[in-house]
Amino acid sequence: MCLAVPGKILTIAGDDLLRSGAVSFGGVTKQVSLAYVPEAKVGDYVIVHVGFAISIVDESEAMQTFEYLKQMGELGELEQTS
Amino acid sequence: MRYVDEYRDRAAAGRYARAIARITTRPWSIMEVCGGQTHSIVKYGIDELLPRQITLLHGPGCPVCVTPLELIDKATQIAARPEVIFCSFGDMLRVPGTSGDLFSVKAKGGDVRIVYSPTDALAIARQNPGRQVVFFAVGFETTAPANAMVVYQAHAQRVANFSVLVSHVLVPPAIEALLSAPDNRTQGFLAAGHVCTVMGYEQYVPLAEKYHVPIVVTGFEPLDILQGIFMCVRQLEDGRAEVENQYLRSVRRQGNLPAQELVTKVFRVVPRKWRGVGEIRQSGLGLRDQYAAYDAEARFGIAAYAVEEDSECISGEVLRGVKKPHECPAFAGRCTPEHPLGATMVSNEGACAAYYRYRRQDVTAAVVAQGD
Repeated sequence: MCLAVPGKILTIAGDDLLRSGAVSFGGVTKQVSLAYVPEAKVGDYVIVHVGFAISIVDESEAMQTFEYLKQMGELGELEQTS
Repeated sequence: MRYVDEYRDRAAAGRYARAIARITTRPWSIMEVCGGQTHSIVKYGIDELLPRQITLLHGPGCPVCVTPLELIDKATQIAARPEVIFCSFGDMLRVPGTSGDLFSVKAKGGDVRIVYSPTDALAIARQNPGRQVVFFAVGFETTAPANAMVVYQAHAQRVANFSVLVSHVLVPPAIEALLSAPDNRTQGFLAAGHVCTVMGYEQYVPLAEKYHVPIVVTGFEPLDILQGIFMCVRQLEDGRAEVENQYLRSVRRQGNLPAQELVTKVFRVVPRKWRGVGEIRQSGLGLRDQYAAYDAEARFGIAAYAVEEDSECISGEVLRGVKKPHECPAFAGRCTPEHPLGATMVSNEGACAAYYRYRRQDVTAAVVAQGD
């Protein structure tokens, strides 16, 4: 029910509560409300739930899951060798 | 798909699983709050990658599952009226009420329509000025901004034939109810990433402190969940109880402020009954007086209707993490997704339906083996 999917903004139209845009989900395009992400720009990825974008994907933070693993791997090897 | 596929990487999942095994020295029970996370865990077999000491408990975060019986009855009563077009998310249609579900109303000629977004329901209202259009506004904090928007717009644009049947619930009061129950087994939580995308996570700090439980805001893909479990186990092993954020790419500490603003404008916090759990104070949202004209319960004069649950279903215990689905004698026998006895078997995100779909053979084999 709280399913939300990342998609890329292709176009933006309207202002304030009527701000909306075309968002591509792996090639499938849907019209989505952008009222809650006023700072979102064309080309940004947004997390979309029931037709509403609820956040802008932070590209640098998105890598964190993999960097964390890298750090942990090094940490794990240290633990094993010590 | 970008920001999806890379979080399903098998090799990285294996590395996370090994890292969890490496730091685990004692048994721990961790609850994932959200039904979407339960679905991912069972679908991808994440629990089977974990060391035996880690038990994942499946939490109450499925709005379809916790919508009380009387709201389902109210929905079927309203949907059966000839002047009504009743719009709902698809997974509410098979939830059993006292006498049938919304699908059975549709089969008998009721105008019940599945919509993807509440804005679709508002559009149907504009296109059908001679009909009453009702939207079944269920959900957690994630869905509240969408539902608030349609009520706000209906009011602003004077769409008088539109109303909402509200059954909105809130996560933090439910977590507190679980933690304060005498049979609580949960030692750490994975909080729901999309709820926190909207609300932020400051509300969880007093809970972590008061009950001394780690709470890790977690996403929905396999690597998100494994990283969330790793962070939670590490806190448990260190004796820490903090709120941490795994789902950094979507969740900001303060949440989505414009969304919170409109939710607060349209809704107020009210007591709510949770199916299988009971009433939890200050655990739901209801329309503010200013928007009372859009309340379907008042419009159709059924606000006072009440009913008590009478069923062999143990969904309440499943929702609180006290029992697993296959510990129910009705599981996969008298209770199936086609003929559910309770809501945890209905929704894709219900723990019983997830076990039925992905684990039935294992569970049946285990039951047969026990019988031998």
